[in-house]
Amino acid sequence: MTHRGYRYRPTGPGVRNRGFHLPQVPDGAARAAALTVGAGVLLVGAATLLRATTQDHGVRDSAPGRTSRQSFHGAYAVTGRSVTVNRPRAEIFAFWRDFANLARFMENVERVETRGEQSVWTISAPAGATVTVRTRVVSERPDEEIAWQSTEDSDIDTRGKVLFRDAPGGRGTIVEAIVAYRPPGGQVGRLTAKLFQKEPAIQSRRDLKRLKMFLETGEVATSQNRKAA
Amino acid sequence: MRALTFQGKQDVRVDTVPDPQIVNPRDAIIEVTATAICGSDLHLYDGVIPGVMSGDILGHEFMGRVVETGADSTLQKDQRVVVPFTISCGKCFHCVKSQYSACDNSNPAEKQDLTEPLYGHALSGLFGYSHLTGGYPGGQAQYVRVPFSDIGPVVIPDGPEDEEVLFLSDILPTGWMAAENCDIEPGDTVAVWGCGPVGLFAIQSALLMGAHQVIAIDHYPNRLALARRLGAKVIDYRGTRVLEALKEMTGGIGPDAVIDAVGTESHGLAPDNVLDSMKQKIGFGADRGHVLREAIMACRKGGRVSVPGVYGGFVDKFPLGAFMEKGLQMRTGQTHVQKYAPDLLRRIQEGEIDTTFLISHRLPLEDAPRGYANFHANQDEWTKVVLKP
Ligand SMILES: NC(=O)c1ccc[n+]([C@@H]2O[C@H](COP(=O)([O-])OP(=O)(O)OC[C@H]3O[C@@H](n4cnc5c(N)ncnc54)[C@H](O)[C@@H]3O)[C@@H](O)[C@H]2O)c1
Ligand SMILES: [Zn+2]
Ligand SMILES: [Zn+2]
Repeated sequence: MTHRGYRYRPTGPGVRNRGFHLPQVPDGAARAAALTVGAGVLLVGAATLLRATTQDHGVRDSAPGRTSRQSFHGAYAVTGRSVTVNRPRAEIFAFWRDFANLARFMENVERVETRGEQSVWTISAPAGATVTVRTRVVSERPDEEIAWQSTEDSDIDTRGKVLFRDAPGGRGTIVEAIVAYRPPGGQVGRLTAKLFQKEPAIQSRRDLKRLKMFLETGEVATSQNRKAA
Repeated sequence: MRALTFQGKQDVRVDTVPDPQIVNPRDAIIEVTATAICGSDLHLYDGVIPGVMSGDILGHEFMGRVVETGADSTLQKDQRVVVPFTISCGKCFHCVKSQYSACDNSNPAEKQDLTEPLYGHALSGLFGYSHLTGGYPGGQAQYVRVPFSDIGPVVIPDGPEDEEVLFLSDILPTGWMAAENCDIEPGDTVAVWGCGPVGLFAIQSALLMGAHQVIAIDHYPNRLALARRLGAKVIDYRGTRVLEALKEMTGGIGPDAVIDAVGTESHGLAPDNVLDSMKQKIGFGADRGHVLREAIMACRKGGRVSVPGVYGGFVDKFPLGAFMEKGLQMRTGQTHVQKYAPDLLRRIQEGEIDTTFLISHRLPLEDAPRGYANFHANQDEWTKVVLKP
């Protein structure tokens, strides 16, 4: 593990700090392709292990950890994105902290409900299925950071944080979201694999762009010519 | 409603499609009273810009009457408006800097995946111009859904005819910005490649901005005649060695600024252009950079290169050495229409700019496919087509 930037470092029970967790192999026609990808991951895995050990003693660059060519950190897949939103920091923090708002710009999130300490995320998965993720806030600094972690009874083991800081030159606020997750086994695992592992970075990129659209313009752009039925 | 739809390479058709609705609060619905076919549409027609799908409604130069407004639109029913082809939110970093065609928020997030890998950044939304720029249904139709209608549309007071103001939607500001990007100084010669609508408005603009002389280059006699009528000197590249002529017409110096108003579909049998045409046919995202190369070679040392002509992919044999060693500057981009339209409207109203001289054909929307075929194949006579839905 290297220690640069905001690289996510999972700790605590249930976290394996060795080796690589291969993605779940999806069903059917995609199997052959996934196996090829799997072989690629093994190769990349070996190379990255080497790189990780040399890097611990070598010179590190200033780039955020998530831009590393390695995308698995321990058993966790990590994805992160940042976006600059032309709005004041406190406003964006407040918007995000009201977790129900997240469904307004996160494409796969159907709703987020607050139950006491917990937030219950209903996430749509392929073929009409849904996955339930339960999280609780583990740390919070007003207008700066919110970090969360899934609870024991969650379908997916995930943790993440979002950071807010002033952009230079009056450009608004830099919002940086980092999410790590460990896909479980079984049916839910397969759904999760389909949901996240195809292109984990794409979803977070799109979601943050929608957040920016919503906060800057009051709406989320669409080229649909008619309202959804 | 009736709308012109893309079906395939050089195949467009007028179809009946569902009417648009208000979808977002800042939307308005416009009933189109006049719309035009642009040289940019020809790149789609020829299939050299990727990301156009069968059934897409084309058209990005249009105006009309407001028939419906969303809760946050500032337009009023029955207002007459010209709609910029660039869709811009007015609130993002770029819009605030008047870089409207670089808007961050108008291309739907799921469409931005297409251009981010291709260009390094996602493009803004444009009407009727492929899914790279949002897949927005275009203006060659009876009705258009106009997003961010509080920022884009220019309200036109009574007075000017539709035709006089229609080109505020694109080609007039495009020609104007092309000339502005030349930073014209007294005594300057500006050379303009392409006497299509964009080139013609660039010529007119450069002269208004005080260019000493404008030299226009094309091969169509009628288009060259239009350029000459505006006050340009002209070069027919089929009979004249362009680089030599430009030097001789500028006392051996070369033009101070050059404008590529042709873009990726250069005509002619220059060897580089023949090779590029072959690559373009195979469809590797290869641009035909003949005009840009020639313009860079022609430009005087320390001069300016302005590129309103559209390119979509990669260009070979870019004369980077000439560009660097001569210390040239290049400026380009889809036009920031909203930045220029109000001032240009005033100039039209005051009779400073002639906007209708280039219209050669007026057709009903139903005849749009004929308009495309001729604007494409008979460019000399068909200089600009206006469609009336
Ligand atoms: N930047 C923008 O926002 C913007 C807006 C509108 C149009 N455009 C682009 O501007 C370009 C011109 O548009 P238009 O509507 O005038 O198109 P057009 O097709 O009507 O005109 C192009 C002209 O270039 C001439 N030409 C071709 N090869 C030439 C060569 N080798 N040397 C000299 N002239 C040559 C043609 O004969 C024709 O007259 C297109 O690429 C179009 O996509 C850009
Ligand atoms: Zn155009
Ligand atoms: Zn914008």
